[in-house]
Amino acid sequence: MAVLSFMQHDGDGSASLDNYRQFFDNPSYWRAMVNSLEVTLAVTAISVLLAYPFAWILAEVMPLRLQRLALMLAVLPFWTSYVVRSYSWLLVLSENGVVNKALTGSGLLADPIQLANSRAGTVIGFVHFFVMLLTLTIFANLKQLSPSYRKAAADLGAGPLRTFLHVILPLTLPGIMVGAFLTFVLCIGDYITPQILGGNNELLMPQLIMMQIGRRGDFPLASALAIILMVVVTIAYLFCARWLKLERS
Amino acid sequence: MRVLGRLLVAAYGLAVYAFIFLPVVVLVLFSLQATSFPIPPFTGPSLRWYEAVLGDARLTSALVNSVLVAIVSSALAVALGFLAAWGFARYHLPRAALLRGLITLPLTVSYLIIGMGILILFNAAGIPKSLAAAGIGHVVINLPLCFAIIYSQMGDNQVNLERAARDLGATEWKVLFLVSVPVMWPAIFASFFLSMTFSWDEFVISFLLTRFDTTLPVEIWNLLRSGLNPRTNAIGSLVFGVSVVLAILFELILLRRNRA
Repeated sequence: MAVLSFMQHDGDGSASLDNYRQFFDNPSYWRAMVNSLEVTLAVTAISVLLAYPFAWILAEVMPLRLQRLALMLAVLPFWTSYVVRSYSWLLVLSENGVVNKALTGSGLLADPIQLANSRAGTVIGFVHFFVMLLTLTIFANLKQLSPSYRKAAADLGAGPLRTFLHVILPLTLPGIMVGAFLTFVLCIGDYITPQILGGNNELLMPQLIMMQIGRRGDFPLASALAIILMVVVTIAYLFCARWLKLERS
Repeated sequence: MRVLGRLLVAAYGLAVYAFIFLPVVVLVLFSLQATSFPIPPFTGPSLRWYEAVLGDARLTSALVNSVLVAIVSSALAVALGFLAAWGFARYHLPRAALLRGLITLPLTVSYLIIGMGILILFNAAGIPKSLAAAGIGHVVINLPLCFAIIYSQMGDNQVNLERAARDLGATEWKVLFLVSVPVMWPAIFASFFLSMTFSWDEFVISFLLTRFDTTLPVEIWNLLRSGLNPRTNAIGSLVFGVSVVLAILFELILLRRNRA
């Protein structure tokens, strides 16, 4: 069934090349792709930077018997439904929301800043989810490292910083890359978060695809756009896979 | 210096926790709002929005639909995933690696694209949008996952068990249901539970494939059109509560299994 839906889908996209031409000719479609890539790359980078220290704290600083509990606690808020989670961020970030009320109330800001219905909103909503995801993958990777690596590095005279940069970081790179790839794939194909938090000021690819289906009923164009999106994901996959292999050898 | 370092570490950990918890706390807090805007200042606590939600026939029927779709589609996905995994593990199929790759391929494809593919397929086949169509969509997204989980847990010692059963005169069907399935029970249970949560939470496919009778995430999405509304907070908090209880139950069952 799964296979069939793709074949059908594939055949649909390639039957008319016009749709692809449309994508390359129409600057607003291009724009959606560029927006998508910018948002996704920003989200991936921010999430990795935030999640790595957090995973390290959970794996290295936290007492062993609390680790399971700490991880469960970190995952707990993600048991809300996805739509509801985005909506919650809307509550937090909106003009009269908690963040703006806190900032203006404490005198830090004179006027509320626009967080919801902007790219910032989309990025914050995404980062929220992917920090958790990356924390899990990096945590798992850190736990697999044998402590003898660190001892060996210390015996050879490396300081904590050098140990981290030259031993720990390269060894956890696979975990980071797996998490980052997952982030990239899930983020670039997601419709809910940008639709709820990003508003209609700028479109991302999934929103553009949905618009073709919903408002215009233009399935061939939507298919073409979807295929282009899948090609981008495949390129990202090839990039990651090659990189991972290089690291291993 | 050390103290400062420890302090920094603790502060960072707490900050990340605060970031992770902020939206849920705000969601639940303002579901108890007494007035009709879920924004500061807090005027509650009041349960009026919970009453409104539970009295809303559309929402409750969407809730029932969601549970139904989750259970039926997960059961189907697990059954098909198990049979596929069993086939791959027990028999030498031509081009097995390629076929395995094809089964797990949909894992990397966005739900939006899968939903659209099914929609196009169903349009071409003349199948109308319905709850069942969304259920089929959920089978499509969960089947690869179930297959991957169950396949990874099928080892050689189980082959020996099955051989023993066959030597003792069990028919193929008996081997499958009295030996293979019970032995694989933890993996089957885990994949069923995961499928349930994914189906329960899935929005885009249900959105594309249902029309009037729909699932809870889609109904919540429809509520969002009215802007910020404490009703949405209440229903969201309810879903959150149910999911957390289920997750804790799951964790307890797993813990007990590990101890036993």
